[in-house]
Amino acid sequence: MASTTHDHGHDDHHHDHKPAFFTRWFCSTNHKDIGTLYLIFGIIGGLIGGVLSLIMRTQLAHPGGSLVTDGQTWNTIITIHGLLMIFFSVMPALIGGFGNWFVPLMIGAPDMAFPRLNNISFWLLPPALVLVMIALFRGEAGGGWTLYVPLTNATYQPGWGGDALLFSLHLAGISSLLGAINFITTIFNMRAPGMTLHKMPLFVWGILVTAFLLLLAVPVLAAAITMLITDRNFGTAFFEVAGGGDPVLFQHLFWFFGHPEVYIMVLPGFGIISHIISTFSRKPVFGYLGMAYAMVAIGVVGFVVWAHHMYVSGMEVDTRAYFMAATLVIAVPTGVKVFSWIATMWGGSIRLELPMVWAIGFIFVFTLGGVTGVVLANAGLDQALHNTYYVVAHFHYVLSLGAVFSMFAGFYYWIGKMSGRQYPKFLGHLQFWLLFIGVNLTFFPMHFSGLAGMPRRYPDYPDAFAGWNMISSLGSYISGLSVLVFLMVIVRVFTSREPLANNYWGDGATTLEWTVASPPPFHTFEELPRVT
Amino acid sequence: MQFFPRLMAASAAMILGAAWLAADAGAQQPLPWQMGFQKAFSPVMEQIDTLHTGVLWLVTIITLFVGVLLLIVMLKFNHKANPNPSTTSHHTGLEIAWTVIPILILVGMAIPSFRLIYYQDRAHEADMTVKVTGHQWYWEYTYPDSDNLNFRSDIIPDDEARKTGKIRLLDVDNPLVVPVGKNIRILTASTDVIHSFYVPSLGVQRYAIPGRTIETWVQVMAPGIYYGQCNQICGKDHARMPIAVRAIPAEEFATWVAEAKKKFATTTPETAVQVAAVMERQR
Repeated sequence: MASTTHDHGHDDHHHDHKPAFFTRWFCSTNHKDIGTLYLIFGIIGGLIGGVLSLIMRTQLAHPGGSLVTDGQTWNTIITIHGLLMIFFSVMPALIGGFGNWFVPLMIGAPDMAFPRLNNISFWLLPPALVLVMIALFRGEAGGGWTLYVPLTNATYQPGWGGDALLFSLHLAGISSLLGAINFITTIFNMRAPGMTLHKMPLFVWGILVTAFLLLLAVPVLAAAITMLITDRNFGTAFFEVAGGGDPVLFQHLFWFFGHPEVYIMVLPGFGIISHIISTFSRKPVFGYLGMAYAMVAIGVVGFVVWAHHMYVSGMEVDTRAYFMAATLVIAVPTGVKVFSWIATMWGGSIRLELPMVWAIGFIFVFTLGGVTGVVLANAGLDQALHNTYYVVAHFHYVLSLGAVFSMFAGFYYWIGKMSGRQYPKFLGHLQFWLLFIGVNLTFFPMHFSGLAGMPRRYPDYPDAFAGWNMISSLGSYISGLSVLVFLMVIVRVFTSREPLANNYWGDGATTLEWTVASPPPFHTFEELPRVT
Repeated sequence: MQFFPRLMAASAAMILGAAWLAADAGAQQPLPWQMGFQKAFSPVMEQIDTLHTGVLWLVTIITLFVGVLLLIVMLKFNHKANPNPSTTSHHTGLEIAWTVIPILILVGMAIPSFRLIYYQDRAHEADMTVKVTGHQWYWEYTYPDSDNLNFRSDIIPDDEARKTGKIRLLDVDNPLVVPVGKNIRILTASTDVIHSFYVPSLGVQRYAIPGRTIETWVQVMAPGIYYGQCNQICGKDHARMPIAVRAIPAEEFATWVAEAKKKFATTTPETAVQVAAVMERQR
């Protein structure tokens, strides 16, 4: 992997002039500051989405729950929970946050290719969040995050709250697109001399593949929701049966975006996990090229599997057979990644520091979520499992556990680098165990409810489902507790006074961000490092 | 919080429900603390169940294998046990193995899966047809082979269900009645938003989409009541449009049709005419 010929961190101290508060944080063009803004934004989005999940789990703790009595309100809550977690928490934190912070540092670039574009990418998100909150409080977004027409058209989801939601997605989409363009340009053009694509750190590979997925998938979503907006407001009939339109077309367009989207959320995490495993095993990543091209393969194949979300939408059986086969193929590169991570640890000298604990937790929960994906990929089995809690369990294992664990792993791995202060060890480990127990308790029983036939998006369920739902709700409260501990961790980080070395993880950490000071000076790599 | 009194009430309801169930062995519904599929009562669901059992073993073994490997590396290659890390970062044989072996496993799994989806696709020799139409928030059933016999099926409200000993959120006033042992073609459609016709113990699920007619099939293996629920978000009462399928012996079906024609004589034939037209076009 990449290493530098000499250390640049100390060079930059002499001209480290930070702008004043307003200019620095509101007009920022600095990749680190924008990364910090994204991280804060992701935490806020995650907290709001998390409060919604607690409301949902409280309603579902027992049959006949009376917290949310109105079905439309309920549907709006589940919709906004999904969209917040995806567009306003996981994506901003992983791509905008860690991507902005560490892509330039890892490739030895002084900043992103288009710093002003970077600024607007971030600042499109707060208005998008405002719009999505309007949709929530007006209770006019009860179509599920998949936005299936006709439930989201003007007849069944009237009111401008629904339009606010769609415009919010437009803004978030433009933000992602601009970010993607910026990352692709930066990664292709601004790598330090000597850093070929095949020497590039895996996190950068993850962000590069993610950026391409965004570039190709988001415009399709934009097209679909634009057509939905005109159907809602200007009398077009793209998806209206009465006007010759087709509701299933919307499903195809949505999932052409929606399926790559799930890889968008997890690929940067793959990169983070690779670095952490390598650092704390004090070993280079096993099968580096295989790891990089496994991500590329997942990205490419991820574009041709979308209709596995539509096995019961009435597609022809041959089409279902194709999408099943293509979907199963994704298990192969995913398997390569899991086995390569384990092979990286094999023969290593492993220190179970907190980021490593999160990374190992990630591998386990991601494998578990991955294998239930293999079950669901079977169109035949999906006929009995589609839209049940089994599906809810599956995608929360890969996202709420997988992607979120990779976010926390990255946070604990890099918070010392970003802030110059180390996390409190005890609280951090406490948070891990609370979340690990909490989310498993929440989501594992959902496999059982799903197999037994419990449909998702229900505010109330037959009494027989009471047992596992109560366990799930208890689990969610434990997860909620872990979030409180995480907030305490943040407070303790910023009140800590312990100085940190450039490379506080020792010789296992070989990427370029460990050659600069902790925290890095305002401007880094003004003189390009040379990678051998 | 009224959590614990409610919990007690829910537990009591579960016990009572189980007792009630014991009296009627023919009802297929989820059971308290159920961990797997409901018992299969159609050839399709039997095959789904069999394939799922196989796949579940496979993925359980894979997950445990990964779990054990993780435990081994954490213990054996801990920095205390192994202070000097190896520098191995390639092993072509190993990398080929963990690419090829999963491919072989997947191909092995795909073969029965393909067989299943082609089997469950449609009834090639259907004995009769039932049209299922989703509405906000009830189901409408039509029998084109029985002079377009048509009726709607509504949920029994919670209070009434409690009083009459019916199952809350599952029982309906007029279940879909079908003969046992016949191949039944099911056509789904909708008049408003998308719904999903889902009966777990029969392995039946298709969306009901406005503007389309989607085909699937079922053969019920034994008399009894098979419960299901709408499984695609469809508005505020998504959770309140359950499905009950009552299978009766084939020789009693004609009698039921005759009675039902009298009982549902007033039901508007409007949709029935539409179904007839659709059927005509499909021939």
